[in-house]
Amino acid sequence: MELTGAQILIEMLKSEGVDTIFGYPGGVVLEIYDELSKTDIRHILVRHEQGAVHAADGYARAGGRTGVCLVTSGPGATNTVTGIASAYCDSIPVVVFTGQVPTHLIGNDAFQEVDIVGITRPCTKHNFLVKHTEDLPRIIREAFYIARSGRPGPVLVDLPKDVGSKKIKFEMPGEVKLRSYNPTYNPNIRQLNKVMELVEKAERPMIFAGGGVILSKGSKELTEFARKTQIPVTTSLMGLGAFPGSDPLWLGMIGMHGTFRANMATGACDLMIAVGVRFDDRVTGKTDAFASHAKIVHIDIDPTSIRKNIPVTIPVVGDCRLALENLSRLADEANFGDLQKKRKPWLDQIVDWKSMRPLDYQQDRSGPIKPQYVLEKLYELTKGEAIITTEVGQNQMWTAQYYHFEKPNRFITSGGLGCMGFGLPAAIGAQIACPDQLVVDVAGDGSIQMNIQEMATAVQHNLPVKIVILNNGYLGMVRQWQELFYGRRYSHTCMSCAPDFVKLAQAYGAVGLRATQPSEVVPVLKEGLFSSETVIMDFRVASEEGVYPMVPAGAPITEMLLV
Amino acid sequence: MKEDKHVLSMLVDNEPGVLSRIAGLFSGRGYNIESLCVAETMAPQVSRLTIVTKGNEPIIEQIKKQLNKLINVIKVFEMTGQDYVQLELALIKIYAKPENRAEILRIADIFKCKVVDVGQEYYTVEVTGDEGKLSALLNLLKPIGIKEIARTGIVALFREAK
Repeated sequence: MELTGAQILIEMLKSEGVDTIFGYPGGVVLEIYDELSKTDIRHILVRHEQGAVHAADGYARAGGRTGVCLVTSGPGATNTVTGIASAYCDSIPVVVFTGQVPTHLIGNDAFQEVDIVGITRPCTKHNFLVKHTEDLPRIIREAFYIARSGRPGPVLVDLPKDVGSKKIKFEMPGEVKLRSYNPTYNPNIRQLNKVMELVEKAERPMIFAGGGVILSKGSKELTEFARKTQIPVTTSLMGLGAFPGSDPLWLGMIGMHGTFRANMATGACDLMIAVGVRFDDRVTGKTDAFASHAKIVHIDIDPTSIRKNIPVTIPVVGDCRLALENLSRLADEANFGDLQKKRKPWLDQIVDWKSMRPLDYQQDRSGPIKPQYVLEKLYELTKGEAIITTEVGQNQMWTAQYYHFEKPNRFITSGGLGCMGFGLPAAIGAQIACPDQLVVDVAGDGSIQMNIQEMATAVQHNLPVKIVILNNGYLGMVRQWQELFYGRRYSHTCMSCAPDFVKLAQAYGAVGLRATQPSEVVPVLKEGLFSSETVIMDFRVASEEGVYPMVPAGAPITEMLLV
Repeated sequence: MKEDKHVLSMLVDNEPGVLSRIAGLFSGRGYNIESLCVAETMAPQVSRLTIVTKGNEPIIEQIKKQLNKLINVIKVFEMTGQDYVQLELALIKIYAKPENRAEILRIADIFKCKVVDVGQEYYTVEVTGDEGKLSALLNLLKPIGIKEIARTGIVALFREAK
């Protein structure tokens, strides 16, 4: 069968099971777009290429599939970089196809030419420049395989225009075999036996789970293991939802804005089982003081994560789900004695910490609206069942603290890169992956303006995403740091001019609602959440509310600033 | 922690951009490159790359893991602490006043150097050896006057059982 490169791309996408792509057309991808119009692959036309990648990211996380983007060369390609970097930090499988100028023009500073393979080398798991149409089928197969296997991540494929137009004899490539890339899935059982010995002896054990548990689909195994061994669980921001937020063993999130009990437990534990985490500085604070009384077990599929930031007692390289499954099995045969009695002092201590310093805020009836109150009501009204995306900053941290996720893949946030403008396009992607679910973007008035243009995408494709804006008129998290560490000098964090979000929603053909009093919060949420349209809800919240607890950067995480 | 020199030898795909991935990894993560040497092996699709780097034990461990993580890196070998041969080649251009010429040739002879170019004012000698030999030679030639020098960086292979 003779096919053009563009036709081969479509064939390969179909063979990878791709039914949706996020993209933006342009000069050098016309050939591909022409072929695309002849297929039933759904193309979501975004309004900015950054939005395409975030949407593919949200799609991948909510749907557990690989997200796909298609953009043009030059500015189309450079606009994807932030999205790619965010997916890279959070290990999300995304394949980005960028157009490129024809091969004979590469290196000539041609119109809309950039070396996107060079630019994205440090923020992709891998990337390819396709020089010959003959290589295209194999490269696409490898790109998808690399993106989703091992520790997942974004892969970029750069497609020169002539590669797409040349006709060759097409044969479907077979399975991928890469001699230089073989992720270790099966954990070493001897290492796990050693882990179980530590678990048997531990007086004050805790589990610290991260995004790796969600990526490996190991939440069930984690929950089973924790309950069986009565070990309390904390997670990183990326791990929220990996363990049910209503379970008595749940400690809340760890780290800079973690709960008092999770951070105190970290300081006091004698064994930490870290699964699918990378000990980010926002988690550890001062590394020397982190879990300093504990033996640390670190389970991760990526060997570079282990011993990068924190010395560990027992490293285990492998798939988190498989490791937890094995540990659960070993726990059946382990000798814990009277487990309830053994754990009682430790679990009692945690309950004490919880009652001593719970997450707290004061909502006066007369106002102003507290952002935490909005999130608590959002949680109650959605019963913790909604898919929540966030922007970055206070909105993100309050969501992490006050929305108690019961299940994985429900919390979608730019964790590692901390990328403002992520939430709305990610919500669009999540809504496409899960059309029957309620999808809410929790935003701030600052970050929503970073990709607000995607409102048009949501309306065009009839996506009923809900946007909750916690509107405090500030870049709130930066303002909070200025308040605490820069003598309240609010240098350029006051957004005194913002659009009227209600009118803006209407201008986009969406619904706009506003609450300015505490009594309006629930009615606005009810009207907005249960509408079948795209809705912006503008909550005018207390302007100088802070996120607490807070650990100053570089301090031990047991030294928290409390309300 | 003590920072030691380490010789890492690796087999990589012989493709455009691979060197840039490796160099970018070192610069992006703040690792050291003391020398780097790369060329094709007997299999034309594979190159051997030898890097001399410096760092404490956790850093070197992290460097090896990060290199292994690159899709185009087939295998990384740490030579340091193992039994291996290492050699480096250098071309040294020496200021050769008439009164120094005999001395230069004598030193060259002792170090088994080859004179590869003789000009009116300069001699260029070629030397191969390990780091110790090269620095000993340079120390002797420095007072005479070295105009310029080109070094290849170390290449290394494990020794086979005797």
